[in-house]
Amino acid sequence: MSIDTAQHGLVEHSHGAGAEAAEGALDRFASFDVDAHEVPRGREEEWRFTPMSRLRGLHDDTPLDGSVDVSVDADPKVAVTTVGADDPRRGTSTYVPVDRPSARAWASAEKVVAVDVPADTVVDQPTVLTLTGRSAEQGAAGHVVVTAGRHSKSVLILEYLGSAALADNVEVVVGDGAELVVVTVHDWDDDAVHLSHQHVHVGRDATVRHAVISFGGDLVRTGTTLDYAGPGGDATLLGLYYVDAGQHIENRLVVDHNTPNSRSDVEYKGALQGKGAHAVWIGDVLIRKQALGINTYELNRNLVLTDGARADSVPNLEIETGEIEGAGHASATGRFDDEQLFYLQARGIPPELARKLVVRGFFASLINRVGVPAISERLMATVERELAVAEELAAQGA
Amino acid sequence: MSNLEIRDLHVSVETEAGPKEILRGVDLTIESGQTHAIMGPNGSGKSTLAYSLAGHPKYTVTSGSVRLDGEDVLDMTVDERARAGLFLAMQYPVEVPGVSVSNFLRTAKTAIDGEAPKLRTWVKDVKESMQNLAIDDAFAERDLNTGFSGGEKKRHEILQLELLQPKFAVLDETDSGLDIDALRIVSDGVNRFTANGDKGVLLITHYTRILRYIKPDFVHVFVGGKIAEEGGPELADKLEEQGYVDYVGASA
Repeated sequence: MSIDTAQHGLVEHSHGAGAEAAEGALDRFASFDVDAHEVPRGREEEWRFTPMSRLRGLHDDTPLDGSVDVSVDADPKVAVTTVGADDPRRGTSTYVPVDRPSARAWASAEKVVAVDVPADTVVDQPTVLTLTGRSAEQGAAGHVVVTAGRHSKSVLILEYLGSAALADNVEVVVGDGAELVVVTVHDWDDDAVHLSHQHVHVGRDATVRHAVISFGGDLVRTGTTLDYAGPGGDATLLGLYYVDAGQHIENRLVVDHNTPNSRSDVEYKGALQGKGAHAVWIGDVLIRKQALGINTYELNRNLVLTDGARADSVPNLEIETGEIEGAGHASATGRFDDEQLFYLQARGIPPELARKLVVRGFFASLINRVGVPAISERLMATVERELAVAEELAAQGA
Repeated sequence: MSNLEIRDLHVSVETEAGPKEILRGVDLTIESGQTHAIMGPNGSGKSTLAYSLAGHPKYTVTSGSVRLDGEDVLDMTVDERARAGLFLAMQYPVEVPGVSVSNFLRTAKTAIDGEAPKLRTWVKDVKESMQNLAIDDAFAERDLNTGFSGGEKKRHEILQLELLQPKFAVLDETDSGLDIDALRIVSDGVNRFTANGDKGVLLITHYTRILRYIKPDFVHVFVGGKIAEEGGPELADKLEEQGYVDYVGASA
C-alpha cells in the first residue's frame, strides 16, 4: 500500500521535522490512520482560516454514522454502482488522506459510489450524481470513486443538495489519453457543513477539466489535490463561488507536478456580499525535480460587493527544477473595476445595470470555460438570484 | 440642430501632492455639422478634456460650464451624458470579460434609445456596420474588448459610434496605433457618421495624418490646458511642417 502513496511521499509517519528529510521537501503529511492526524485546533497553517466552532465536530470525533441519499442520471454506457468499503476501486487514485476529517471519512464510509466510464467510450450525456443530505444534526461520511477508462470521453456532474454535516472523499482516476470533465456543484441548504476532499489522478496524456462551484451551505471547505500518473497530462481546475452573509467557502488546492511535460491551469473566481461572508482560496503548486518542461498558471479573483465581506487568497509556488516551460500565478481581490463601469456608463448604461453586466460577465467567462451547456444556464440563473440579493443589500444601504 | 458649448472650463486631478489643475479655461463651441480638430503635444490636457466631457470620476471640474443645447452637462451622471447625445471614443477602450460584444451593443442601444431596438433591423444594422468596418462576424460573440488588438478596439469604438448615433462624438486619439489601412477604415466610418451634416465631431489627435482622411472645419492648438491658437484646416498644415515647437516654447 505504501508504494501507492509515493506521490504524496509520506507514508504513515508523524509531523516530525525528520519527515521532510526522509521524503521530498515538497511532501505533505498524509495517512489513513485517523489518530495519526491530530485534532486541528484552528492555529495550524491548514486550518487558520476555518471557523472551527462551526465544523460540528467533523474534524474531531462526531460520529460519522449518517449518509447521504444518492440518485443517478446516466447514460447506460456508464456504470454507476454502490459497493462496499472494501471495493478494490477505492484508493486507485493513490490518494492518502491529508487531514483528519478526510481520514475519518475514509474510515467511516460504509458505502462507496463507483462511477465507471468504459475505455474507448465516448459518452455525450453528462452523468449526474446527486447527493442529498437529510440533516445537519447528524455527521455523515461519503466516498465516490470516478474511473474514466483509457481514451474515454465523458462529463460527470456531482451535485450536493439538502442539509448535512458531511465529510467525504472523491477520487477521480483519469485513464491514459482519456478526456474527463468533472463538475461539483455545492447547492447546499443554508445550514449544511461540508468538508470535502477530492483527489484527481491524471493519466498519461489525459485531459481533465475539474470545476468546483460553491453557492450554498454554512461552511463548505473543499480540498482538491491533483497529481499525474504519467507524462503529458493536462489539467484545468476551475472554481466559482458566491458567498453570502455569514457563509464560509474555502477552497484549497495542491497541484503536484510530479511528471514531465504536464500542464495545469487554475482559475478560481468568486463574489462576496454581506456581513461575515468569507472566502478562502489557497492554491499550492509543487514542481518536482523530475517535472521537466511543465507549464502551470494559477489565478484567483475575488469581487467584494459589499462592506463586511472578506476574501483571503494565497497562491503559492514551490519549485525544485528550473527546467520548465512556464509557471505563474496571480491573485486579485477588490471592488468593482471603476474603469469597466465607466466604460459601460459612457455608453448610456445606468450604473445598476452596468454593475450587473460586470458581475454576470465575471462569472459567465468562467462558466463558459467549464463548458457544460447542461448546467451553464442553471449556474447563471443562480448568479442572477444572488445578484438580486446584492441589490437588496444595496437598497438597504448595507 | 444642436450645439455643445464649453465655457472657461477648469479641471483638476487629485495627485499625491494635492489637486493639480490640468485644464485652465477652455472655450469651445461645436455646432451640428462641424468637425473640430484639437491638436496638441503630449501632456497638454487633450485627453483630460475628452474624459471631463464624458464625466470620468477621476477629473474634478473646478469652474466653468458645459452645455448641450442649453442643458447643463456637468450636472449629469456619466450615463445621462451618453443618453443626452454625447459619445466618447476612448483611446484605451476597457476590457470587460464575460460580456459579449453583441449583448453590450444591444444593451447600450436600448439604454440610449429608451427602448429595445427592433430585432430584425438591429441585427441587419449591426451586420452592415461591421462589414463597413471590416470586422469579422465572429467578433459579435467575443468578450467586450477582451484580447482585441489595438486596431480592433478602435474599429469597435467606431462601430458603436455608427450604431448609437450620438449628437456629438469626441474621438480621443482614435488614430493612434493604427496602420494606414485601419486608419482609412476608421476615417471612413467617421465620415459616414457625419455625412448627413447633423453631427458634431471633436477629433483629438497628436498627429496630422488622420486629417488627410477626415477634413476638419476648425483646428485648435491645445497647449498647457487651453486653446493656444485657432484656425481653419490650414493650421493643421502649419503644424505638419513645424510641429509644436513654437507653442511649447511659448508656454514654457
